[in-house]
Amino acid sequence: MLARIRTFFAARGVLEVETPALSVAAIGDPHLASFVTVYSGPGPRHGRTLYLHTSPEFPMKRLLAAGSGCIYQIARVFRDGEAGRLHNPEFTLLEWYRVGFDHRRLMDEVTELATELLNGRVPLVEPERLSYRAAFQRHLDLDPYRVTVAELAVCAERFGVPIPPGMPTDETDPWLDLLLTHRIEPRLGAGRLTFLYDYPASQAALARLRPGDPPVGERFELYLNGVELANGFHELGDAVEQRRRFEGENAVRRARGQPEMPVDEHLLAALAAGLPDCAGVALGFDRLAMLAAGNESLAEVLAFPFERT
Amino acid sequence: MATYSTNEFKSGLKIMMDGDPYAIVENEFVKPGKGQAFNRVKVRNLKTGRVIERTFKSGDSVEGADVTDVDLQYLYNDGEYWHFMDPQSYEQLTADAAAVGDAAKWLKEEAVCQVTLWNGVPLSVAAPNFVVMTIVETDPGVRGDTSGGGGKPATLDTGAVVRVPLFVQNGEVIKVDTRTGEYVSRVKE
Repeated sequence: MLARIRTFFAARGVLEVETPALSVAAIGDPHLASFVTVYSGPGPRHGRTLYLHTSPEFPMKRLLAAGSGCIYQIARVFRDGEAGRLHNPEFTLLEWYRVGFDHRRLMDEVTELATELLNGRVPLVEPERLSYRAAFQRHLDLDPYRVTVAELAVCAERFGVPIPPGMPTDETDPWLDLLLTHRIEPRLGAGRLTFLYDYPASQAALARLRPGDPPVGERFELYLNGVELANGFHELGDAVEQRRRFEGENAVRRARGQPEMPVDEHLLAALAAGLPDCAGVALGFDRLAMLAAGNESLAEVLAFPFERT
Repeated sequence: MATYSTNEFKSGLKIMMDGDPYAIVENEFVKPGKGQAFNRVKVRNLKTGRVIERTFKSGDSVEGADVTDVDLQYLYNDGEYWHFMDPQSYEQLTADAAAVGDAAKWLKEEAVCQVTLWNGVPLSVAAPNFVVMTIVETDPGVRGDTSGGGGKPATLDTGAVVRVPLFVQNGEVIKVDTRTGEYVSRVKE
């Protein structure tokens, strides 16, 4: 499968790159936890705290801003606190960026690649595209942009979703995540590639916003047989807006008592210098391999799953 | 009592919910592409045995339940309570009908049972997997039938009723699997 991925991108003139797994900055998303380590060797970074990347997104955008053109990477990434049937604390991401694409055109390319890799292994009918809003309307009969916490609680009750203790009363996102993971995701991509696209602005920290009522984040997710496979953005290129979002994430971390993450100043400088208009996507390679092999858990396709490392 | 983070969840862990002790049967970590992660669990109420589904926000903590399993010797029933003794400390404990439940019909004096204690009080009683009992009443069998085909009801000395093969007679001693309530074999005395 890796060889076919490389052939796929070579044929399209997309350059394979490598970027560091260690960084002095880290992702601020309060729902992602980076592994932390300390560099004790020689040089100016002696004694610095370093973070293992959760995705190669930031340095890849620095390459794009430096004029790399279209690039891809097959990267080992690390996420603390994530282990389960579909999660392993280290895993392989296929991440690629297409200059001049928006998220819709990138969805076409994701379809081509996934179809090619799964061909003959997983029976697939025509792919499907569903906006985040349409998915909630179809599966739960509610509009995620015009719903209150009280209505979301009633909806959870109605569909038999157990409500966790300590759910917030002042923000809807955790409730939307609850309903999405319990009621919608298991029904997405049944025998087909299903794209969910146009997310609430609050759930698209690195994506462009498209003005409208309401404005939406130009983000998409790919699902197959209930498994989330890829996440993509029409990339935000506005350094000022990106800094504002990073600071917002750290404010949330402060409020929750989570450690704040050092903002990636190199990325912000690159955005300020000019990121070409592009779209990017990260695809979970292990999950794709799992589906291609007809398995139900990552442990079945990993030579040494986390419990055996 | 200790609290447990969802990161410590595994099957068998005993936790408190709504004032009742529960054991985790299944634990699944779910997370949308970006956003809040959850632990979806199936939990068994240790008082009622009922299994229900619950969800926790990943990273949250839950109070642990002080639940332990001990081997106790059954002493006697006083009409209302069942009395047990710890064979090491000779400490005596009493269990009510809710705790003893279906195990009551398999309890014979001196039998060692696994008793689940919650805050030191018997919560449930498991009879030994196999018990040896005497048949006090059963219809006369058909001579020559040596197989188990068909069978007939037999009342045992504790009042329990099991199906036994036709050749088994009144007054005989048999071995019963308490988990299934089925006859296993005759026991030579």
